[in-house]
Amino acid sequence: MTSAVPGTLAAFLCFFSLTVNVPGALAQEATGEQPTATAKPEKKLTEIKIGYLRAYAPQLALSVLDVPPRDEGVAGGNVAIADNNTTGSFLGQKFSLDVTEVKPDADVVPAFQDMIAKGDRYVVADLSARQLLSIADLARDNGVLIFNAGATDDSLREEECRANIFHTIPTRSMLADGLAQYLIWKQWRRWVLIYGSHERDQLFAEALRRAATRFGGEIVGEKEFKDTGTARRTDSGVVQIQRQMPVFTQDLPEHDVLLVADESEVFGTYVPFRTWIPRPVAGTAGLTPSAWHPASEQWGGTQIQNRFAKANGRRMVSKDMAAWTAVRILGEAATRTQGADPRKMADFIRSDDFSIAAFKGQKLTLRKWNQQLRQPIFLGDGRSVVSTSPQEGFLHQVSELDTLGVDEPETKCVLK
Amino acid sequence: MHRGAYALAILATGFMTDPASAYMAYVSNEKDNTMSVVDTATMQVVKTVNVGQRPRGITISHDGKHVYLCASDDDSIEVIDTATLEIVDTLPSGPDPELFVLSPDGKTLYVANEDDNLVTVIDIEGKKVLAEIPVGVEPEGMGISPDGKTMVNTSETTNMAHFIDTSSHEITDNVLVDARPRFVEFTPDGKQAWVSAEIGGTVSVIDNQTREVVQKITFEIAGLRAESIQPVGVRITADGKKAYVALGPANRVAVVNTETYEVEKYVLVGQRVWQLAFTPDQKTIISTNGVSNDITFIDVATDEPVQSVTVGALPWGVVVSPN
Repeated sequence: MTSAVPGTLAAFLCFFSLTVNVPGALAQEATGEQPTATAKPEKKLTEIKIGYLRAYAPQLALSVLDVPPRDEGVAGGNVAIADNNTTGSFLGQKFSLDVTEVKPDADVVPAFQDMIAKGDRYVVADLSARQLLSIADLARDNGVLIFNAGATDDSLREEECRANIFHTIPTRSMLADGLAQYLIWKQWRRWVLIYGSHERDQLFAEALRRAATRFGGEIVGEKEFKDTGTARRTDSGVVQIQRQMPVFTQDLPEHDVLLVADESEVFGTYVPFRTWIPRPVAGTAGLTPSAWHPASEQWGGTQIQNRFAKANGRRMVSKDMAAWTAVRILGEAATRTQGADPRKMADFIRSDDFSIAAFKGQKLTLRKWNQQLRQPIFLGDGRSVVSTSPQEGFLHQVSELDTLGVDEPETKCVLK
Repeated sequence: MHRGAYALAILATGFMTDPASAYMAYVSNEKDNTMSVVDTATMQVVKTVNVGQRPRGITISHDGKHVYLCASDDDSIEVIDTATLEIVDTLPSGPDPELFVLSPDGKTLYVANEDDNLVTVIDIEGKKVLAEIPVGVEPEGMGISPDGKTMVNTSETTNMAHFIDTSSHEITDNVLVDARPRFVEFTPDGKQAWVSAEIGGTVSVIDNQTREVVQKITFEIAGLRAESIQPVGVRITADGKKAYVALGPANRVAVVNTETYEVEKYVLVGQRVWQLAFTPDQKTIISTNGVSNDITFIDVATDEPVQSVTVGALPWGVVVSPN
């Protein structure tokens, strides 16, 4: 909690200093009225409280550089709160973010009930799919809108979709499609796939298989890498990996690209440069698809990157961007509806007028059939952005962004 | 002797027939920290000047003697002598100056400080900051009314045009526009402010009396997806009849009839066109095409592109000498 709390405080302090210094909001209110000698009544502040519910426990990673920051996601939410408050200072709106943490496998219902009791009607969630579903109906019954900024599960947008849940983080299928389009554009069509033994690894592997079928890639061979509990990052581990990974990949058929599906951080980072034959690696290692890249400077990205780094002392990652976008969507809804009425705000977000700018080169809109935010996918390695998808030539009758992920004709979602 | 001079004159003016239109265009190149100096008659780069880091906004004093350039990453405004093309001074600008506007009397610069949500007011002669005005998130567009009384700043993430009284330095009105407002241009009669919205894909025409959006101009180009039409720079002819709108990755400049608000033509220029500047005789408008690293000369009479000229890396802004 230590790093997240000062960030929240800083955002609040920043807001207060701004409101005090901006007479514009008051001046605007007075437009059209004759100024009187008596002191003007203070403009009433509309408060918009946003809850943030996250599952957190320290995580291991194969590279120390990949250990998720303590305030991953929350930091992005706080930057958006500060942004909303700068805008809010002209309109008499004040936003705040209240973070609640639970353990990754915990029952989140009690924590969520506490948030409802505190009056939270907007909640940014960074939870597992299971946890998110456990509070979905409770949220609906209490008029709470949830913004999913953490779970990439397609099921949450498909058979398990909900009318009161919006998704700012892309799905596994959007990520896999973004990557596949690029490989096809490169004419690297023959792929082999190594996937981990955990559920989320297999879900991403399935998304990659789907992408291959969709865009004309061919998965010529597959292999599962079983998690046998090897020691990460130890000296002996590195030595063993250098010997074992070539052997593990030796019997794979001839291919252009080796795809890795290892969300669990068991072996993926160890694949590049250690394969039997020299081939590029992509997926959760090597060339990786993501909602944001810490080095993206295109489309005004420099501004949000600078703002984020200044506030948090680190670079901005995908979950930070998903949370920033969620909180900014609420800010935009409050600005455009000139108030904090949850129903009006929800109606605006679902309307044709809604769009949000998030430093991705075009306006982002919602897929109305499942409330997933359309967005380009970044493709990068650890250092730089290699490309962004959709790639040139992947056409669509509605939006080229809908070439990424499950499209309307194939959706299983019935919003309820 | 006479014949030789005549031949030289023809050579120098190229195929633009009016030899009087020999102005200098100054182009800021964001990526290679240079400023290209282009002779508008010959349409050739005559000099490339090394300047500060990440040069973006660029303007010129009314007497044409000094170019002012936002060196964004150096947190300063550089003053370049147009006779020697040397940096002779810097002005305090506040952090990350991106774009600015010069007051009609030429004495004051209003600067958008993108990283700090501020507009900084600078007294050029005294080289001092007169005021800092808090505005919305990521201030960029800067426009000033012809009478100098009203300055408008746009904030890209707040999505507002902030109308600021230049005597009190206070915001009087905040007008909501579409996403990522980038540029403000007043009509010559001062009655309207035109505000482009890059991500929204529109230009909002705001009445300067009522401070309300009276018209929203949209763009449509056959064969191009709507998302690639991203309006940025706007310039209106001195007679107030035509507006030119640079459309970013649509690679075109739209020509808008200011009476009907209809787009009359899309002029194909280079890639990712952002900013525009007229020559003082209003015969030519020049666009900066960031991704193709060039500028395009457009004939204002015919609205045909005349020629593109390669400048430095990622050309951002352009200004033309007044004489």
